[in-house]
Amino acid sequence: MFNAVARNIYFLLGGFGVTLQLTICALVGGIALGALVGLGRISRNKWIYHPITLYVNFLRNMPLILVIFWFYFVMPIIAGRPLNPFLSAVISFIIFEATYFGEIFRAGYQSISKDLTSAAYSTGLTYSQTARHILIPIAFRRMLPSLITQSIVTFQDTSLAFVIGLQEFVRRTSIVDNLEVRSIQLFGFVAIVFFIFCFTGSKISRYFEEKGRKLGMI
Amino acid sequence: MGFAYDFDWGVLWRQPYGMWLLEGLWLTIKIGFLAWIIALSFGIFIGTLRVTPWRWLRFIATAYTEVFRNIPFLVQLFFWYYAGPMVFGQHLGRQINQIMGLNYYVAIFALGLYTASRVAEHMRAGFASISRDQYQAVLSTGMTQYQMYRYVIIPYALRIITPPLTTEFLTIFKNSSIAMTIGVAEITFMSYRIDAETFHGLEATTGAMFIYLILGLTVVRIMGIIEAKFKIPGMIGRE
Repeated sequence: MFNAVARNIYFLLGGFGVTLQLTICALVGGIALGALVGLGRISRNKWIYHPITLYVNFLRNMPLILVIFWFYFVMPIIAGRPLNPFLSAVISFIIFEATYFGEIFRAGYQSISKDLTSAAYSTGLTYSQTARHILIPIAFRRMLPSLITQSIVTFQDTSLAFVIGLQEFVRRTSIVDNLEVRSIQLFGFVAIVFFIFCFTGSKISRYFEEKGRKLGMI
Repeated sequence: MGFAYDFDWGVLWRQPYGMWLLEGLWLTIKIGFLAWIIALSFGIFIGTLRVTPWRWLRFIATAYTEVFRNIPFLVQLFFWYYAGPMVFGQHLGRQINQIMGLNYYVAIFALGLYTASRVAEHMRAGFASISRDQYQAVLSTGMTQYQMYRYVIIPYALRIITPPLTTEFLTIFKNSSIAMTIGVAEITFMSYRIDAETFHGLEATTGAMFIYLILGLTVVRIMGIIEAKFKIPGMIGRE
């Protein structure tokens, strides 16, 4: 049934390893940059707010595949030398996904009411204590389901690095398929692997959402 | 610095390259619209199955949405394009592979089925926001289950979910760019093709970005008019 997969399993799993590496880099960078972008989106300083908003709205209107190409063409000009596809892909994912994570962070920051902050101050907490013990944990709990969902989307999106020749999971599968011509089992295998990971992730996200709702936090 | 790059923005209007981008735009619009017809009709159908009283129908509809949402669209597209014809056996599969413009039809079909799962999710949320009393009120007027969904609940839910459907409609044009991977000559494909011929990929992709921006803004405009027309007064507090 899956004999062509079995014959090339190490090559395919190597590709999946690249996909995982790409996902982790994109998530770490994307979430960190997204947290800053979210701050920029609630900034009262118009020199910060408008450029950040333009950046977010522009990229959210773009297909990711085109953004990957654009960075692939622009990076050698900035760096002055050709970059390897992995680095180029990581940079485009971080900059692209940060706009989506940024909107999640913005919603999280805005979900904290002024009263909550005042209440924390009135108990004698300092600003940094309020932030550390009250604001950040509450905002984080509220954002967690959306953060997980967007992480799954990012994981799926990394397959698009295919187009700049990066040998990730899908690219390697199509290389094997060109030799073996066993499309049903090969692409079926990729689909099943992605499904297992993403389905588990979406269940985890739903669990935290239910939990948050029960606690009356969302 | 060995990489002094000579910008040549003229590539965007010099022929044939300028025309290529416009041809690509036309194909993007066609794929988006045709896939949207599939996505909307099939999505409404699947979304409705998810709230029917029959357990098996609910299970099938839920399985459909989970499967299509949890597999990257690129993988789905490859599956339909490369593995799809093989499902029909070797002989028929070979004949299917000879159809002219097969990649174009597969792209519409795959994008339609994928977006249908997302439309179905929105439908479910729309149904959930209609109160139980409403259903009972409709049944008490003597309508059958089918009539209830057909004449009251579905139109009602659709009007509630017009805003998320607008987002979905925008997304379908963005996702259609992935069809380039199976050789459909839409905008992104064309900008890449310009790079292959002129080495001015940066200018070509930047031009393509602005075309997507204009396309997106146009869609938002049109959908804004439709949303204003279909919104239920006092129901959705939109700014």
